[in-house]
Amino acid sequence: MIVDKKVVADIAELALLEIPQDLQESYIDSMSQILHLAEEMQTADTQGIEPMSSPLDGIQTLRPDRVTESNQRPEFQKNAPLTENGFYLVPKVIE
Amino acid sequence: MIHEQSISEMIQALERGDYSCRELISHHLDRISNENLNSYITVDDKNALNQADEIDALRAKGNAPKLAGIPIAHKDIFCTKGIKTSAGSKMLDNFIAPYDSTVSTKLKTAGCISLGKTNMDEFAMGSSNENSYYGPVKNPWALDRVPGGSSGGSAAAVAGRLCAAATGTDTGGSIRQPAAMCGITGIKPTYGRISRWGMIAFASSLDQAGPLARSAEDAALLLEAMSGYDPKDSTSINKPVPAFSTLLNEPLQGLRIGICTDHFEKGLDPDITNAVQGALRFFEAAGAIIQNIELPTSKYAIPAYYVIAPAEASANLSRYDGVRFGHRCESPVDLADMYKRSRSEGFGKEVKQRIMVGSFPQVITMLTIGKPSRSGAS
Repeated sequence: MIVDKKVVADIAELALLEIPQDLQESYIDSMSQILHLAEEMQTADTQGIEPMSSPLDGIQTLRPDRVTESNQRPEFQKNAPLTENGFYLVPKVIE
Repeated sequence: MIHEQSISEMIQALERGDYSCRELISHHLDRISNENLNSYITVDDKNALNQADEIDALRAKGNAPKLAGIPIAHKDIFCTKGIKTSAGSKMLDNFIAPYDSTVSTKLKTAGCISLGKTNMDEFAMGSSNENSYYGPVKNPWALDRVPGGSSGGSAAAVAGRLCAAATGTDTGGSIRQPAAMCGITGIKPTYGRISRWGMIAFASSLDQAGPLARSAEDAALLLEAMSGYDPKDSTSINKPVPAFSTLLNEPLQGLRIGICTDHFEKGLDPDITNAVQGALRFFEAAGAIIQNIELPTSKYAIPAYYVIAPAEASANLSRYDGVRFGHRCESPVDLADMYKRSRSEGFGKEVKQRIMVGSFPQVITMLTIGKPSRSGAS
């Protein structure tokens, strides 16, 4: 796969980022580099190696499905850019 | 000088009454107000002094906890209730954490007093502390040099005697490398040893918290207080925490130390090689057995890091959309414009680059492979 300006523009669109024109070349370089590194990993022999979910004997912990926290909406909304009556406000989505 | 003392010396001095906790904290706050390292983003002098008075009162009653009154600082990646927690980013410049991280809670319970929040590479992405929205941090030993990163502010503050010890996080070297570059002691503990609840996420399968301190003893004291199972972090390991600080004077007789020879092959500064060799001779003289070993798969560590870390970062940083917290752009024309401009304005160059690089393998994986491979890589 070849990384070009179109790939950079497509990924930027998916990542919701604006990439200035003058930086596109450096993004092409670093993204090509990642492909290179992924190829290097392909040379590792993983035959017979069991996949693991934790390097230790960690297990997925479960807990009863009970409410343990109190509702702190006003506290959390102090950090919100724009709220009204407990709701988060965003630009109008449906015309 | 007070600020040259170790944590144990400070505890003894406080117990003897050589100085009060308020004096110890004020002394450090004075030093911070004259600092030229840019190591702190936020100084929490009011809370620190109030806590100092509480500790002085507790000590008078004989109820002081183990690390009562020790001045520490938190990397600005740990949420601290009511205090700005920025992760070194413009994105969170206005973010006041609504709750405390487990690490900051545990250290507070142990009696440590937080003097403030230390500078860092934005979202812990960097190794020189030049990627901070709040400007670069300087190395206290040579102001024209970098302190390392991403926990560069913590390392510089500890080495510059602006706190006794500090917290940091390490994803791909972010505690160990700045500790080395500032001539102090830092440890990245085993994954799962310290809870990551309230620690702003970068790459979740690699991130781990740890202490930065001026000696192994101080680091052990902090590590002990920070460690332990936490049901709020699903990756936390439920194992007893050894009393690390009581294990420091064990004899080295018969201890086997493995030397990974392939790490000494090329590109290593001769001064560092010599320093490591000197340490090995010291350990050998103390009775340790030095043994060369090989880690044949360690050459995959860097490629694995550079694929895993950005991919996880791009997923973790997708939460910064300008809706519930963090930076929001001025007068967005529609929702898509708001997401895109808020993120583009809020994130710095390095962070954007890593999000892009990290989104990329996810996209090509979807296109070319379709499903996770047998080796567990997805």
